[in-house]
Amino acid sequence: MGISIEELDSQQIDVLKEIGNIGAGNAATALAKMIDRKIDMNVPKVEILEFKEVAELLGGPEVPVCGIYFRVDGDISGSIMFLLTLRSSTTLTNMIMPSNDGLEIPDEIGQSALQEIGNILSGSYISSLSALTGLDIKISVPSLAIDMSGAILSVPIIQFGQVGDHVLLIETEFNEGNNEVKGFFFLIPDEDSFEILLKSLGVLQ
Amino acid sequence: MTGEIIKVGMADLNVIKHPGTLTTLGLGSCVGITLYDPVTKISGLAHIMLPSSKTIRNNSNTAKFADTGIAQLLEDVLKIGANRHRLVSKIAGGAQMFSFSNKNDIMKIGERNVAATKEILEGLRIPLIAEDTGGNFGRTIELYSDTGILMIKTIGHGTKQI
Repeated sequence: MGISIEELDSQQIDVLKEIGNIGAGNAATALAKMIDRKIDMNVPKVEILEFKEVAELLGGPEVPVCGIYFRVDGDISGSIMFLLTLRSSTTLTNMIMPSNDGLEIPDEIGQSALQEIGNILSGSYISSLSALTGLDIKISVPSLAIDMSGAILSVPIIQFGQVGDHVLLIETEFNEGNNEVKGFFFLIPDEDSFEILLKSLGVLQ
Repeated sequence: MTGEIIKVGMADLNVIKHPGTLTTLGLGSCVGITLYDPVTKISGLAHIMLPSSKTIRNNSNTAKFADTGIAQLLEDVLKIGANRHRLVSKIAGGAQMFSFSNKNDIMKIGERNVAATKEILEGLRIPLIAEDTGGNFGRTIELYSDTGILMIKTIGHGTKQI
């Protein structure tokens, strides 16, 4: 039997929040190293939302966003999605690739840079999760898409949808000077993996 | 275009009498299913997420699944006066938003949603007269009760009517 998001108690949610916090902190450090600049990060917000509320958070289901998607394998299986507003995705590419300055949508090279950034961010997030839980977790090569937020979000939502009507998401804001980058992490453990994850964190009997 | 524009959310469905427009925004791997009676102009739209309610533990929301969603949509259009034998269907969506080299069932959910939808429509003997499915992009759709035309809008893949 799996455990669904709706069944989590406040202690379990707190632990997941803390993981989000540590993971996002490591991700910010990795990003700072990559672009060789100081990055500030706010305390991530961890929320459990209904499906329909998620797209609204991004400005509605038709707003274009950039999604970077990974499969997770090892002791637990599932997926990770790192989602950026379109504006944040161009801000990020501009930071590391001046050739993308002024583009409305990142070009091919910009998109491949974004995949790499997503890779580094998700990698550092997963390695903190792995260190905290003692679980062996690996991530796949990323896949990137820029499209309507509803369409991009349908992917993690469908996966959550197999076990419930709510999603767990971690909202992080990075700042480099005046450049603000807003990103969302979705950690989507497959049905049985959620239980393994909570058990290894000591918050499930 | 006269009448109200009614939005249908994800895992949701709605039906209207003429005049009016039904729309659902940002379909990805989900499938938008329309039912239309050309005489009464009664229209219905469902936005389903998963192929079947039978393999899922938490299946109380009928609009989430192709099987229970289409059954509910049919019941609802008949309830407001549509004729069972005149009903036609159009579908859109079922994209694969992300691609991976290894074949993974979860990634093929769009394809499976479309296949399940067609099978269920056929079982109910509702003719599928047009579709715009597959690909790797999102779609916003609008069903005009006036004509039964389904408008499909995308980002970077144009608009079309089916």
